[in-house]
Amino acid sequence: MPKHVVPRLLRAHPTETWLVIVLAVICAGLSLTTTQFLTVANVFNLLNTSSVNLIFAVGLLVVLIAGGIDISFAVAASVVQYVAALALAGIGGGGWLSGLAIAALAGMTLGAVNAALIHYFRIISIVVTIATFNIFFGLLMFFTHGVSIYSLPEWWTRRAVLFEYQQANGTWAELTLPVLIMSVCVIATWVLIRHTTTGRQLYAFGDHPEGAKRLGINIAAMHFIAFGWLGLMAGIGGLVQVHYAQEVVPNALIGRELDVLAAVVLGGARLGGGRGTVLGCILGVFLVSVTQNGLNLLGVSPYAFKMIVGAIILAAISLSSAPLGQMLARGRQRWQS
Amino acid sequence: MTDGLSPPMMNGKRAGWRAFDAKPGAEAIGLGLALLAVIAVFSLLSPRFLTLATFDSIAFQLPELGLLTLAMLMPIISGGINLAITFTANICGLTLAWVLHANGGSDAGILAFLLGAILAIGVGTGSGLVTGLVIAYTGAHPILVSLSMMIFLRGLGEFLTRGGDISGFPDFIQPLGHGSLIGLPVPLLILMVAVAIWHVMMSRTRLGFSTYMIGSNIEAARYSGINTKKVLVLIYALSGAMCAIAGIIMVARFNSVRVGHGESYLLITVLACFLGGVNPFGGFGRVLSVVLALIILQVLSSGLNLLGANQHLATALWGLLLVGVMILRWVSGRLGLIMRR
Amino acid sequence: MAVAAPQPQDPTPVLSLQNVSVTFGGVKALQDVSFEVLPGEVQCIAGENGSGKSTLIKVITGIYQPAPGCRFTVAGQSVQTMSPAQARSAGVVVIWQDLALFNEMSVAENIGIEAVLGATPRLVDHAAIRRTAENALARLGADIDVDARLSEFAIAQRQIVAIARALVREAKVIFMDEPTSSLTRTETNRLLDIVRTLSAQGIAIVFVSHRLAEVLEISKRVTVLRDGRLVGVFESAGMSQSRLTELMTGKTFDQSVKAADHAVSPVVLSVNGLSRRGDYAEISLTIRKGETVGLTGLLGAGRTELALSIFGMLQPDSGAISIDGVPLQLRSNRDAIRAGIGYLSEDRLSLGLIQPQSIEDNLVLPVLDRIIGRRLISTRKKAALVARWVSDLAIRVGRPVDPVSTLSGGNQQRVAIAKWLAAGPKLIILDSPTVGVDVGARAGIFEIVQRLAHEGLAILLISDEVPEVYFNADRVLHMAEGRIVGEYDPRRIALTELEAAVYA
Repeated sequence: MPKHVVPRLLRAHPTETWLVIVLAVICAGLSLTTTQFLTVANVFNLLNTSSVNLIFAVGLLVVLIAGGIDISFAVAASVVQYVAALALAGIGGGGWLSGLAIAALAGMTLGAVNAALIHYFRIISIVVTIATFNIFFGLLMFFTHGVSIYSLPEWWTRRAVLFEYQQANGTWAELTLPVLIMSVCVIATWVLIRHTTTGRQLYAFGDHPEGAKRLGINIAAMHFIAFGWLGLMAGIGGLVQVHYAQEVVPNALIGRELDVLAAVVLGGARLGGGRGTVLGCILGVFLVSVTQNGLNLLGVSPYAFKMIVGAIILAAISLSSAPLGQMLARGRQRWQS
Repeated sequence: MTDGLSPPMMNGKRAGWRAFDAKPGAEAIGLGLALLAVIAVFSLLSPRFLTLATFDSIAFQLPELGLLTLAMLMPIISGGINLAITFTANICGLTLAWVLHANGGSDAGILAFLLGAILAIGVGTGSGLVTGLVIAYTGAHPILVSLSMMIFLRGLGEFLTRGGDISGFPDFIQPLGHGSLIGLPVPLLILMVAVAIWHVMMSRTRLGFSTYMIGSNIEAARYSGINTKKVLVLIYALSGAMCAIAGIIMVARFNSVRVGHGESYLLITVLACFLGGVNPFGGFGRVLSVVLALIILQVLSSGLNLLGANQHLATALWGLLLVGVMILRWVSGRLGLIMRR
Repeated sequence: MAVAAPQPQDPTPVLSLQNVSVTFGGVKALQDVSFEVLPGEVQCIAGENGSGKSTLIKVITGIYQPAPGCRFTVAGQSVQTMSPAQARSAGVVVIWQDLALFNEMSVAENIGIEAVLGATPRLVDHAAIRRTAENALARLGADIDVDARLSEFAIAQRQIVAIARALVREAKVIFMDEPTSSLTRTETNRLLDIVRTLSAQGIAIVFVSHRLAEVLEISKRVTVLRDGRLVGVFESAGMSQSRLTELMTGKTFDQSVKAADHAVSPVVLSVNGLSRRGDYAEISLTIRKGETVGLTGLLGAGRTELALSIFGMLQPDSGAISIDGVPLQLRSNRDAIRAGIGYLSEDRLSLGLIQPQSIEDNLVLPVLDRIIGRRLISTRKKAALVARWVSDLAIRVGRPVDPVSTLSGGNQQRVAIAKWLAAGPKLIILDSPTVGVDVGARAGIFEIVQRLAHEGLAILLISDEVPEVYFNADRVLHMAEGRIVGEYDPRRIALTELEAAVYA
């Protein structure tokens, strides 16, 4: 069996390699055309603002790997925000630990609802999550009357700086707490899917559910863990988003799910399951945020962002899908044996 | 070697659904009974229900939803889905609005309107065409492609309108949205024509036939000589064209265009399809049954409105209804399997 | 030619079952069947569809429970019931035809998948998994890159990965379901080498296969099942394919050469110098009106690729194809169909027919033009067309609106043939038309083929089974490694000579 000449990296991780190149090109381009891009302040700002999306993204990644899809998590995050605000008020304020615990619990519960409907009633995940999107949103808006919550515990809204750096021009570049929380979530997800048996089982299940079943993998566990993890991330992400915005607004996150999904798919996860890496996720999210950041710095109207990002995603999806990969693989197979 | 019980998490088609791909007669009767039941319940709950005014409001509201459902129908039967329908309708409405504004706004003439309408249909068909081309030639998943198109169109719309409302249209548009012809609302007439065309197309043309075959097994359809790529492109292009018509009607009805208008319709169109017996994996589904299902949903919506039910509660209700319908299908699928043993 | 397995010294069976009976809602899937596997032996289970082969395996692996009265003996110890866990500890591993591997995972992880199973979450030791995989592959003498993704490999290598996985699961008996159906000759030989290696290591292999030639070549013993009963256990040496067929079906088939001369008939298909890099080269052949040309050879010879090129689905790099003297430019199969070519796919289940759709819809699929009235499909014309072909080919259907999946394999194949005939073709390519069709139903299919030839249709009959082309074609072309290496007249050569030439 002749070993391939093509470098291992390119063959095993084509999407990630491709993304790194594109990202590098964009960054290079931006640093040349604007003075503000390659500053510490801007980089820190990018990290700060991408945190929430990245938390959502690694959660969604797990669901995609397991072969499903979920468009209800942003609404679920909004629900968790509200629930957390009320619960924390109830326990007299709380702190980061109690906040995270409540958010985690609430988020996982909502994720479990999706998992239960998908598993016990054999309904495909796109249909279930379209339904739960509407159920969660409708109930949320009904019970809250669309009212935002402004008075929140101090720890939640106080800007927490992890690391400061004074730039040459005197302004301070700050790295904030969300980045830390995001890093923990990202690393935890990475450990889960790469280094635990549960994670590997998720890959197997997403790849070939029937085969996984024959091996004795617990299918219910797969569903609940995948959607539960996304629920967990949605809850945490929601919490962090409030920290950022300093208020709880019921429909602030609506629409976020599509941007996150697009970024995760850009990063190499595919709808059929069995594929996707945390690195790809990170690259996908940053590609989108760097593009938006760049467009902003270049003075392009913010309304154009969505349009341009949508066009990029359309192009990326068209170029990266299975048949092209299959054609390449088949071409390679012809030269073998 | 399947036992028909493996979870259908986006993978393949499962045997259990076949039990629900019922005979047309049984399906229509079932839906007809459901409709009567809904009407009965609401009549009891509110004395104002069984009035001409109610029928009128249903008749005027149904068409937008109906046209969008027709736009959703073919892609689902072909084994895909078109998540971009609402924003496609928006963009088409915007196109019409833009043409009208460029030609005098509220003083625009009929010619401007016709030009705008034609352009709108072009835009709708065009975006559907692109969606179809990408799906057919790259094999990318319809969910992703239509989702990206949705994101793009939403962004485009917001960019063009800066998030605001566009209004100020000529008066002669009014009848299109609010007028009646031979006793029936104009939009309803348009819907009826569209339904008739769709029905004939799905049941008696080569395109419709191919759509069903592709929905069940696209490769086998290709081997048997169907031009699958062309059919897929046509399916999504027609879907886009139908969205355009819906968009035009919406402009006429509300006398304004706003991006995001009708966003909630997406769920209802999917719901109407499944309630109407369309197989979620494709290959089966009848236009008339879906229309019946649609009427049921519209009656429900109007009834709830009449009872003063909260808008948001209604949204949650649609979600619950969708879940309910799917659970019912699962139950009947299991019963079918059990009875066959 | 039977594989010479080393005679096991220890005659205690690894596994043995007695008096197995399984009934499904009134249907006796297995009746009083006994079965045993000796350590290190290579055995085959042969039987038609519905004979109970898969049911037997599912009983052995504990998926189905037999009726009381069955006795299991594992390594000499009597066992009350078989459960999947017990089958595992008995060392029983089944490699199903679809392999149940994970294409997106690496070879190493596929082989070492055991290490990541289990309900309690643990950290994964990737290095250990790699080592396990490399050891297993070394035991099989296979050189496969363990870090590569499985999807990069062709089916032959994936099969080896599946076997390696079985080894890691400490198999004592490996059941393989139709292992050679997609392998080329070289790959089959490699598989047989692996089987010999395993056998020498004391691991028994049981094949379930319908490919009679290989059944007899690979195994030492053959267990024959028919209609849920055990016909007997026979030594492969000295058994012939026809005798085996007789045992499997209980019928004797009168096989006679039907070749005839067609030199005076006009040429329908003419292929000249057709080449496609990597698939076939310099193919030239002619088929005349009413002639049946057989095309045989081992898998990998390029027969299906050639057929797909004639059918317009695979573009050749050079050469010409013409029908009735008219050269064709085939950009897709639609052009081919319009030119009068039909193609019966070898994969009836997923390519030949659309299983969930009705019989009548499947039948009219390629001929929508004929049932379209002015612009719309005419239900009357459709019903007439369907009725005509159903009766013409004697297809046993319940109602034409029933899904085609409700029909038996043989009847499904008739529907598949009918749909091509409805198009009124000049040439029809039959690619392995009897795969998945019971030996008993095959004669019926070939009767149809003969009748079609009589009526003037030109037929290209592609088959793995040399006897099939020998007894049904006017001329037999032997294709190997992309080229036509021989042309034979069945009247002038004996079947055994032809088989020797093909399998050489």
